[in-house]
Amino acid sequence: MAEYQNLFTRVQVRGPAYAGTPTEDDGGFHRTGKPFFVHVAGILGDAQVGPIHLGFLGVASLICGFIAFEIIGLNMWASVNWDIVQFVRLLPWLALEPPAPSNGLHIPKLAEGGWWLLAGFFLTASILLWWGKVYRRAAQLGMGSHTAWAFAAAIWLYLVLGFIRPVLMGSWGEAVPFGIFPHLDWTAAFSLRYGNLFYNPFHMLSIVFLYGSALLFAMHSATVLAMSRYGGERELEQIADRGTAFERGALFWRWTMGFCASAESIHRWAWWFAVLCPLTGGIGILLTGTVVDNWYLWGVKHGLSAPYPAVWGPVIDPALAVGGVR
Amino acid sequence: MALMNFEAKYRVRGGTLVGGDLFDFWVGPFYVGFFGVTTLFFSALGTLLIIYGASLGPTWNIWRINIAPPDLEYGLGLAPLAQGGLWQVITICATGAFISWALRQVEITRKLGMGYHIPVAFGVAIFAYISLVIIRPILLGAWGHGFPYGIMSHLDWVSNTGYQYLHFHYNPAHMLAVTFFFTTTLALSLHGALVLSAANPPKGSEMKTAEHENTFFRDTIGWSIGTLGIHRLGLFLALSAGFWSAVCILISGPFWTRGWPEWWGWWLNLPIWS
Repeated sequence: MAEYQNLFTRVQVRGPAYAGTPTEDDGGFHRTGKPFFVHVAGILGDAQVGPIHLGFLGVASLICGFIAFEIIGLNMWASVNWDIVQFVRLLPWLALEPPAPSNGLHIPKLAEGGWWLLAGFFLTASILLWWGKVYRRAAQLGMGSHTAWAFAAAIWLYLVLGFIRPVLMGSWGEAVPFGIFPHLDWTAAFSLRYGNLFYNPFHMLSIVFLYGSALLFAMHSATVLAMSRYGGERELEQIADRGTAFERGALFWRWTMGFCASAESIHRWAWWFAVLCPLTGGIGILLTGTVVDNWYLWGVKHGLSAPYPAVWGPVIDPALAVGGVR
Repeated sequence: MALMNFEAKYRVRGGTLVGGDLFDFWVGPFYVGFFGVTTLFFSALGTLLIIYGASLGPTWNIWRINIAPPDLEYGLGLAPLAQGGLWQVITICATGAFISWALRQVEITRKLGMGYHIPVAFGVAIFAYISLVIIRPILLGAWGHGFPYGIMSHLDWVSNTGYQYLHFHYNPAHMLAVTFFFTTTLALSLHGALVLSAANPPKGSEMKTAEHENTFFRDTIGWSIGTLGIHRLGLFLALSAGFWSAVCILISGPFWTRGWPEWWGWWLNLPIWS
């Protein structure tokens, strides 16, 4: 009764390392590193590690990323007076905060948010350079640019949070701090300040696509593993020439819920669900504070929720009273 | 409904768990089976009860319809229908429908000669649901701790329950769950994009192979998990997201009653710092 369910690779076959598919144009850089095999990696997937093609953009991205990482880390370390023990102890609480709201969009002094701006600049440069690397490498290998455009959706959310919305709001202080607990505090405070983000329809969509992505990946990966005995993981072959694996996979869902995807279309569902998560999320953040000041009141206005019952009677705004506090 | 052109040869008898070949047939594209009948029973009854509950409520506004669990004073007892009894019966119906659905997936799995990954994966989602409306309410001693059935009302419940623990983002299991959700979405976008980019190269060039997929990832980050491995990883990430979501709410209340930021005191007070 007990049968193999293909969760791990039980016997690893070692052939010679694969050097990689040939390219016509390597951008002046070659693949580097002698490939080697890691047994543990082979239990889950492919055991071969390397070679890697860093390229100019990759190296530049890593340097910028390293600079940003160092600025953030050293500022955190400085914030505990260079005490290494306290640095480790308090690390989850430490932050590199953006400038105060009073600074507006000016270039602040280094100690007053300037380091934050600098770290943000280098992190952004690193991410954009990495985007260029992903785009260019796919082209060099003769592949489509789908990965780069999916990555662009995530960059959109990142830029909205740290750049576009702060600029529209007129203050760097609106942006997210660097730090583990501090960015969680920012998220909670942001939701409270703008009347609970759960009433933001784009936040709703973003969560739907986040959960939907987990659902889709569970459905898809479970289907492929369940038909791996028929070669289901050979998806490109199944796209070009459908075999019994994807026929069974498709029929499973047709019989279960009345319709099914194909070997190719399931990856289009996947791509769109994953991409729409940060895309809609970014729209939701962008509208918050710029267009909508209180999502709960927005929800009441549009019939999403009932207004709070008036239990205490009308409150008179003290500023309107004669001789009141101004 | 017409069969798909390859479907007829797969529609064979057998593989059922109960009922022999009594319900071993299809209606349109749907396989029925014993558990199809129970799924239909539970989901139809549950849906009708939700509609009935809505008719008792103050609004037909789809956002505001709310079927609330019983008041805490009922504890783990039964409540009158209009005072949360409906919620209790609907919960039984939902649980019955979900489990029936999973067992129907087992039957279809057996019929098609596939592995059991899909029903097992769905079982994790069922566990997360049952954690919220059955396990945690029992641990806390009242059905009133379940979440209400309604679009905005369940969001309010999440909000309110979160703030009962001051700041839910500090819940370590919630951190894991969110991280797994984000990572799942990242991995899904990478997997979907990789397959599409190999299957849809620039105009005029030939379709690419799994070797190209591996090469793209090795060139980019030095390692490619491979065509089989990505599905193992995806299943692990997605199920971990669901599993830790269930854990994060199960420990809130039954095992930790204070604010979650306070929980991190153990780290600050480790003896190694002095």
